[in-house]
Amino acid sequence: MDTIGTHSLDFFKTDKHEASRALSRSLQNRFLTLLCIALSLATLVPLVSIVILVLKNGLPLLSLHIFTELPPAAGMAGGGFGNAIIGTLVMVGIALAIAAPVGILSAIYINEYAPISRLAKTVRLVAKLLTGIPSIICGVFAFAIVVMRTGYFSAYAGGVALAVLMLPTILLTAEQALTGVQSAYREASYGLGATRFQTIIRVVLPDALPAIMTGIMLAVARAAGETAPLIFTALFSQYWANSLSEPTASLSVLIYNFSTVPFPHQIQMAWTASLVLVAFVTTANIIAQTAFSRKH
Amino acid sequence: MSAPDQESQPIADFKSRLDLFRLLCQAAAALAVLTLGWILYEIIYGAWPSINKFGWNFLTTAAWVPNREKFGVLPFIIGTVASSGIAILLAFPLGISIAIFLNENFLARPVRQTVRFVVEMLASIPSVVYGLWGIFVVIPLVKGFGDWATVHLSGVPIFSGPAYGNSLLTASIVLAIMILPTITAISRNSLAAVPHTLREGAYALGATRWEAILGVIVPSAAPGLVAATILALGRAMGETMAVAMLIGNSSRLSWSVLSPSGTLAGLLANQFGEATGMQVNSLMYAALILVLITLLVNLAGEAILRYTQRKTAGIH
Repeated sequence: MDTIGTHSLDFFKTDKHEASRALSRSLQNRFLTLLCIALSLATLVPLVSIVILVLKNGLPLLSLHIFTELPPAAGMAGGGFGNAIIGTLVMVGIALAIAAPVGILSAIYINEYAPISRLAKTVRLVAKLLTGIPSIICGVFAFAIVVMRTGYFSAYAGGVALAVLMLPTILLTAEQALTGVQSAYREASYGLGATRFQTIIRVVLPDALPAIMTGIMLAVARAAGETAPLIFTALFSQYWANSLSEPTASLSVLIYNFSTVPFPHQIQMAWTASLVLVAFVTTANIIAQTAFSRKH
Repeated sequence: MSAPDQESQPIADFKSRLDLFRLLCQAAAALAVLTLGWILYEIIYGAWPSINKFGWNFLTTAAWVPNREKFGVLPFIIGTVASSGIAILLAFPLGISIAIFLNENFLARPVRQTVRFVVEMLASIPSVVYGLWGIFVVIPLVKGFGDWATVHLSGVPIFSGPAYGNSLLTASIVLAIMILPTITAISRNSLAAVPHTLREGAYALGATRWEAILGVIVPSAAPGLVAATILALGRAMGETMAVAMLIGNSSRLSWSVLSPSGTLAGLLANQFGEATGMQVNSLMYAALILVLITLLVNLAGEAILRYTQRKTAGIH
């Protein structure tokens, strides 16, 4: 492992002082290596603990009717969280419908039309800053522009909050995807007489699509797990939603609400919801990283 | 848009045509930029009555009594800084060692890839699940430690009792795990960007592996490591759910890491849903402070990262 240490031992065999120095350096080297390995493997502990607990506490309640029934009232047994699963999907869908077009079109502008313009530089900086904004601030924003204006908590408000959260991820990954398209493709397309629009739509976008989809799936995975933007925009509901303009349940808020109540059954249900949520997020992440990965 | 017969059109006419798609893209880009300003505008607008009424005193008062309209966020600012500061202290050594571990070949590639996968998995677990896990795993551990520490380390002010499970320390430990992926990913990138020639030079001068790492590679990557830490700090400050579930959400000031505390993000999460009147304005004010702190921290981190990338660009 540390050949240099042993070599120097041979080299300085004649000099006792040097030999002991080399030995201590070699030992120090070995010690730091072990320390580094130990610390790195220590990260396995929290993850393994989380995975085991989520499985152990979540599996017993996992059954088909958990997906089809409404949450139980306080202290009651049975029930499921079908409305929360639908609520999460609907709000992520609304968010995607807003964030995907804006993100992808912005990326096209800053990579295809005006890559070194001042607007493009600002977009890149703003997108980086938006990724750093706390997710709860997205909730405050949606509260201000939707809940305070309309006067009620709604799936729209939750969707808007999640859209702000998703936008920077989609924008930055789409830009990377477009940068990854070889310029020879564009030149060939122009050479054949295509316009810029045709080049972007028929050549650049199809080639960049897998990588763009990766970004979208990553954004979906992140948004589905978020709670903070939803607790005071979509709030929560014990019932099936009739429209998009009423308080809407989501998996993450259900976990939050049920984790703080004193009823064992509700807490168990929070674990089961965690299991479903973690499974969904992980699947989305894996799809993002494998199914759409660029082939060349 | 897809002009059916281009050949019949004169080129000049074709070129001068308004490119609608370009305009659309430009509008989207402008909207993306405006979003940040819009967020700030809405928050300042909502906070204005409270800013007018409390001014700077809002930042230096330790009182949050909604029914008497007394609002001050000093304990929450301190709690935010303290919890993320302790989280960084815990996560920094771990994150840097993992980054070094991933960048060296101590163990076989599959082991390194497993560690890398684990760290990436940590990033994808929802905050609320960390909170739930924290309630059932970390709180008992910290409570146990706290009961021991208040007896055996009673002279140390940060371990003064009584010990609670819902405490600053609990929140910080979970935060540390949550920001680990950020520190690791950015640190690893900056370690990997250090030119090979530097390492080879160090070896050629007779350095051991760790002398090369600590004497040459880490110092060269230092600005990147600093940036990683700062960006992780920004993350930790904005992290909401896990902290709100674990920290106890108290507005009492205390020196002890074993007593409940509160953060700005946690305050928003707990109170926004049923707030009315001046309380909403004051929560908006608190949100404004949070957003300004995180923006500042992120700008600093981004600037350092950019500086290092420019410095190391083109060297192999």
